[in-house]
Amino acid sequence: MITPKAGSVVFQNVKKTFGAFTAIPDLSLTIEPGTLVTLLGPSGCGKTTTLRMLAGLEHPTAGKILIGGKDVTMLPANERDVSMVFQSYALFPHLSSLENVAYGLESSGLSRKEARERAEEGLALVGLAGMGQRLPAELSGGQQQRVAVARALVLEPQVLLLDEPLSNLDARLRRRVRTEIRELQQRLGFTAVYVTHDQDEALAVSDRIIIMKDGEIAQSGAPRELYETPASSFIADFMGEANVIACEVLGIDGNEAQIRVGGVEHRVPAGKAKLGAASLAVRPGAVTLAEGRGPGLAGRILHSAYLGDHVEYEVETDVGTLFIVDHAVDRILPAASDATLGFKTRGIALINA
Amino acid sequence: MTHGNRRLDMVLILGAVALTLLPWYRIEGGFFGFGWLAGFPLSSEAAPNLLQIAVHGRLWLAGAVLLFLIAGVARGMADPMRRGAVLAWVGALGVLFLSLQGLAISLTGWTWTISETLFGPLSDGQSSMGAGAVLSAVSFVLLFAFGLAERGVMKGDAFVVSSISLLVFLVAVFVFYPIGSMFIGAVQDFDGSFNPDNFIRNMQDPGIWSLGCLTGGTRCGVAWRTLWLAIMTGLGSTLLGLAFALVATRTRFPYKKGLRLLTILPIITPPFVIGLALTLLFGRAGVITQGLSDLFGIEPGRWLYGLTGIWIAQVLSFTPISFLVLIGVVEGVSPSMEEASQTLRADRWRTFWRVSLPLMKPGLANAFLIGFIESMADFGNPLVLGGSHGVLSTEIFFAVVGSQNDPSRAAVLATVLLCFTLSAFLAQRLWLSGKNFATVTGKGDSGAHIALPRGVSIGVHALVIPWGLFTLVIYGMILVGGFVKTWGLDNSLTLDHYAKAFSISFEGGIAWTGVAWNSFWTTMEIALISAPLTAIVGLLTAYIIVRQKFAGKNAFEFALMMSFAIPGTVIGVSYIMAFNLPPLEMTGSALILIACFVFRNMPVGVRGGIAAMSQLDKSLDEASLTLRANSFRTIRKVILPLLRPAITAALVYSFVRAITSISAVIFLVSAEYNMATSYIVGLVENGEYGVAIAYSSMLIVVMITVISGFQLLVGERRLRRENRVAGVTPSASSHQEKIA
Repeated sequence: MITPKAGSVVFQNVKKTFGAFTAIPDLSLTIEPGTLVTLLGPSGCGKTTTLRMLAGLEHPTAGKILIGGKDVTMLPANERDVSMVFQSYALFPHLSSLENVAYGLESSGLSRKEARERAEEGLALVGLAGMGQRLPAELSGGQQQRVAVARALVLEPQVLLLDEPLSNLDARLRRRVRTEIRELQQRLGFTAVYVTHDQDEALAVSDRIIIMKDGEIAQSGAPRELYETPASSFIADFMGEANVIACEVLGIDGNEAQIRVGGVEHRVPAGKAKLGAASLAVRPGAVTLAEGRGPGLAGRILHSAYLGDHVEYEVETDVGTLFIVDHAVDRILPAASDATLGFKTRGIALINA
Repeated sequence: MTHGNRRLDMVLILGAVALTLLPWYRIEGGFFGFGWLAGFPLSSEAAPNLLQIAVHGRLWLAGAVLLFLIAGVARGMADPMRRGAVLAWVGALGVLFLSLQGLAISLTGWTWTISETLFGPLSDGQSSMGAGAVLSAVSFVLLFAFGLAERGVMKGDAFVVSSISLLVFLVAVFVFYPIGSMFIGAVQDFDGSFNPDNFIRNMQDPGIWSLGCLTGGTRCGVAWRTLWLAIMTGLGSTLLGLAFALVATRTRFPYKKGLRLLTILPIITPPFVIGLALTLLFGRAGVITQGLSDLFGIEPGRWLYGLTGIWIAQVLSFTPISFLVLIGVVEGVSPSMEEASQTLRADRWRTFWRVSLPLMKPGLANAFLIGFIESMADFGNPLVLGGSHGVLSTEIFFAVVGSQNDPSRAAVLATVLLCFTLSAFLAQRLWLSGKNFATVTGKGDSGAHIALPRGVSIGVHALVIPWGLFTLVIYGMILVGGFVKTWGLDNSLTLDHYAKAFSISFEGGIAWTGVAWNSFWTTMEIALISAPLTAIVGLLTAYIIVRQKFAGKNAFEFALMMSFAIPGTVIGVSYIMAFNLPPLEMTGSALILIACFVFRNMPVGVRGGIAAMSQLDKSLDEASLTLRANSFRTIRKVILPLLRPAITAALVYSFVRAITSISAVIFLVSAEYNMATSYIVGLVENGEYGVAIAYSSMLIVVMITVISGFQLLVGERRLRRENRVAGVTPSASSHQEKIA
């Protein structure tokens, strides 16, 4: 039975430079054993560098990395108790899938026979029992991906690293495989660090998401927390689209705050709001749209596009141009017509910064 | 840490063996003769380091012992950073110490007067380094590497750090040390003291620098003649190569496959064979000369022996190389560029001149420089055809072996030659790099190349067809030549030459009675030993260059590539100057030939390896590393199996080049280890053309057999996917490097 032993991960003031370029200025983070944590961010944000430092493929310029409580900062990749699923899978093309899975076991000193048996088990775990003799080129994309996961898992690592594991799959397969990975992680209970730039994927699989920007942690928390109470306009825009507009906090009343946007007053979850000028993140679906002029925020339709189950609008208002998604497909407001905007209770968050 | 201790223990044991069990100095009769066992361990010749100190009073050797002891103490240190620092310092100091004491103390005592005044005179000198000294040098290099690895250099990968250190060490010893010795030799007197008189006299020699041919009257100096020849050869081979490339890719010429076959000719042809065949045709007793003389009464002339003849031979030899380079260039011009030009109302003529040709310019410049360097480095053809009108490479040879025996002159000439080739190499690297317009992108570049303009088409055919036929005739001569009694005088067919060279007698067991067998077997033996070494060193270098990042990598790569631009003659001269006396003495042995081949043929492996490895996704290595494999296992299990075609190519080419090379070899052969090529040159000098040609064609046949044999052996690959290493063909790159 394959039973990875879940280990924790700690980064202490890790710094990484490549020549004159500083990829990670000062990173500290802790990952609890048995959780699936996603590093999310735009390309160049340092998430892959972080993962590679954890794997031992890059060494930090300064700082410490601990895996399962043990300092591994200077340890080369092959002596660390982690394993990795690569974006390109990196299956050895000259070895059969069984040999691929057995490779790491043999490197760790298991006998050939033992390694084979464990590899069979690993393949069975990802639903590829009996496919062991096939070469990677003879497998479909999804099957290759599963071989890569099995190859990493049979080593029973303290931490499993996944570097954009779904990016080479087509959209439909991607949804199924991510469910499988999450299911496997919960069943076996290993620690996993997952890198992606796709926020849907991050929301779907993670216990916790760490959003990175320019080598620093922009915000970390449970998926819901990040989506509903983004700490900055960057987070708000990155976790699903958002219109960021100016507002004024009029009063705070327990968990709720009274705000004014344009000429309209509204109540939103208070968070850490302070009185005075603030920013407001408004999800495209959190705005109601009515024809003509009425009580509420006055707007003028700039552009509309019909997309089957919803309509996308760009609406010019006093507080800026808003991007709005409306599900009333029966009634499409034409460009250049007047509209009145209102706010729903969900999908609106105050941003402190 | 446990890994660290195990490998450290191994090296410490190695060091201990080097100090106590192996003779420290070179054994005159050869180490593997084991004659030294008789005098071991007490005799002065065979004593190991410790006894040399204790019994023979060579106290300075204690430095090595001391350093090993420090390393042994450091083994017990706990802090890896401190321990690493100590080990690295011990290693570095050890290598420095060994080289300094080796250079400073020679057979009779101090080499340098300054050290004698500092430390007082020595009663006894020392001979060349032997097994013990070499092994301890290697141990020091490894200690240095392990120390750095423990300090986290190269992500703590001891294998990679050791490989880099050993490579740098080897290249320093076998490439830069000889070249340095040669420079120093140029300004030294016979007794080793500094004396630039010879150097200055030679440098100002009008025989080298005279421009008399421009003002009329006298001849130009050998430097200018060589330069002029190299420019003409570069131009000639580039022009012909372009014509061949255009015919092969842009016309409906019916024998394109045959044209491509042309490209393997320079690999399998010993460099002087073309010159030899030309003599058989156009020499004073040549078929054509005689024919013309009989028919029209034209007086047989000696026009072939001189720059004209060398030029024809070189253009014949190097056109295939330039052809190979330019095929890539011509095919690299994107058809869509030409189609765009046509849609912009340009006709074929304008498209060719304004679009296609300008896009090929950097490629043409590259081909020219390759031809230039090849011509400069060529030794075989000038030797056979030069007569009294030598070029630099042959003048160097005669300065060393001839009646002159003037090493200072040889060094000066070699310096001049080196300056020319290195300038061309630098021009190629610095000026042409990044100027490549060849636009092969991964995107499907549909469209077809347009046909050549009519005038150009006629022109290239007019060049290609006669020249192709001429080449065929030349090779025909080589094959037939061995069967003709005496060219020009008695053209009847005979097997005598082959019999003389390759006869075997079966009376009482097999006796190899032919005159060629001795050098033939030596050649095979040396080629077979050096081929795998070349492949290993070359591919390891390629792995490091492609896969590893380290400080000074660019300098490392540049120095390495630069060492490949050193002409063989220069290497030959520098080797005999460097390895004739202590501290390293190898002349006359097989070792020096092997070292020469390994470090001269490395580019084949390096280029092929780089090309192949660049196509292997780096994540494969990383995946292997994260799967608990160290880099050695990664190389063995993942990279090598995927590089099999490149390895085979490297093996075959280094084998073949060891057989065909002459320029460096001719300086290094000895009576015991004579190589086929230098033996053939000797035959030519004695006027035994028939046997020489017979032997040459035999070599060509052997090489063709080996190449096709290897191709059959490698055979099927197990992978289905075709884009894996897309049939690595190192030929293109290796030819560029083929500097005879």
